[in-house]
Amino acid sequence: MGARVDWAARLKRGLFLLCLLPLALLVWRGVAGGLGANPVEALTRGLGDWALRFLLLTLALSPLADLTHRSEPRRLRRLFGLFAFFYLCLHLASYTVLDQFFDWRAIGADIVKRPYITVGMAAFLLLVPLAATSTDAMIRRLGGRRWKRLHRLVYPAAVAGVVHYFMLVKADVREPLIYGGILALLLGWRRIGHKKASTQKAQRGKGENAEGSG
Amino acid sequence: MKKTPKIRPSEITDEKLWRERRRFLQLGTAAGALALSGESLAGLFERKAEPPPGKPDFPHLRRGGFSTDEPPNPWPDVTGYNNFYELGTGKEDPAANAHRLRTRPWSVTIEGEVAKPGTYALEDLLKPHALEERIYRLRCVEAWSMVIPWVGFPLGDLLKRFQPTSRAKFVEFTAVYRPDELPGQQRAVIPWPYVEGLRMDEAMHPLTILAVGLYGRVLPGQNGAPLRLVVPWKYGFKSIKSIVRIRLTEQMPHNTWAISAPEEYGFYANVNPAVDHPRWSQAKERRLGEFLKRDTLPFNGYAEQVAPLYAGMDLRKFY
Repeated sequence: MGARVDWAARLKRGLFLLCLLPLALLVWRGVAGGLGANPVEALTRGLGDWALRFLLLTLALSPLADLTHRSEPRRLRRLFGLFAFFYLCLHLASYTVLDQFFDWRAIGADIVKRPYITVGMAAFLLLVPLAATSTDAMIRRLGGRRWKRLHRLVYPAAVAGVVHYFMLVKADVREPLIYGGILALLLGWRRIGHKKASTQKAQRGKGENAEGSG
Repeated sequence: MKKTPKIRPSEITDEKLWRERRRFLQLGTAAGALALSGESLAGLFERKAEPPPGKPDFPHLRRGGFSTDEPPNPWPDVTGYNNFYELGTGKEDPAANAHRLRTRPWSVTIEGEVAKPGTYALEDLLKPHALEERIYRLRCVEAWSMVIPWVGFPLGDLLKRFQPTSRAKFVEFTAVYRPDELPGQQRAVIPWPYVEGLRMDEAMHPLTILAVGLYGRVLPGQNGAPLRLVVPWKYGFKSIKSIVRIRLTEQMPHNTWAISAPEEYGFYANVNPAVDHPRWSQAKERRLGEFLKRDTLPFNGYAEQVAPLYAGMDLRKFY
């Protein structure tokens, strides 16, 4: 009797390691002096980039599942979502420790006075409950419906992430606009999908009614 | 009766993944501890003290006044981390694209309120001036700073040669505009060409120099070859690179960043820890190569020399 190969588990494990690769590269470049003349800035920005990339990747999984009519992509949402949070935590740690070196007064002033930092911090706070409720036990505890509603916070968090990036750039807004465009596409897809589903439902409802009255 | 929640098999985390997650957390903690250990922090900030390439182009430089005795930033910092949007908006783009900027032949037009206007070959323009080394602090508006050993001469000495008229109140500088050659100029990130300006007394101040080199070498393209301005008490963007025109005017000239974002950048742009950029604090700066931020000094530490130029001016208003 041959054991069944669990491809999904294998894929997840492989992806898990792949997700750590950006961090490994940043650390390696940091140690090898490859982060340039301003390594703190390069590291903080690099970690922020990856937090945003993983967040968008997470949001791309449902559309991908719809397009391919497969369920596997949806099963990766937790993995990528948690990695987005992981990179965001490191981004925040890099800002707190390496950039500001625990200068809480300066950090406080930044959060209050610098809109891009206010917005970035909001994105982080929006994602905290999502990471905290990412376990199966929490899903059960909250119940699917409530859990789902809570996890819609990922949308404002992603918007805040892109706005944060857009606001900190001095003049060249090309990159934040690319992220913004991708996010708009992903959110737009959901909106269309939602409308379609509700019209279908409505139509089905009508049909049933017609049958019922007939 | 209590209902047992229905759990589909697909919802149960398989053991392997659960183990992975544990390992993930352990790894995370380890990475955090590593990042905090002094050794790897030092590694992050270590810069190889790579010497400048080749032999000095200007071997016998007089050490000019006003030089700081702070250690200059290593050559790779000074020539590898630049803001020069003509050559790209990334910090490392200018060094990568510097070869696209052809600096020979180069001529500079002097015009406006001068008795002797004209267009001059760079060599002729420089000939009468004795070059000297000036080791200055450079404070970028983005809250980082460097120490750079420039090679240059006072701008005032040059301006005097062309005899400014009594109506000359300001100096306007224009940088190179060659969209075919300079990749950054193929997009209007900021209006091209780059322009800057100084008040006449700022331009004539002995701290203000025109630079043609650094570290005893000819100025690399990414640093604004072949001729750039250096005004050490102002944010770096005032020190316009690759100058092709100097015009003396009666009216205050426009300057690129103030045109681009007037709420954020002004004409004066004096380094001032008390006046924040709307989006970030100017109270501190990161000297490249250092871990802890240092306090930013009024007029970038040159207050003794230049503060009198602004006596009675509200520097919050004239930022």
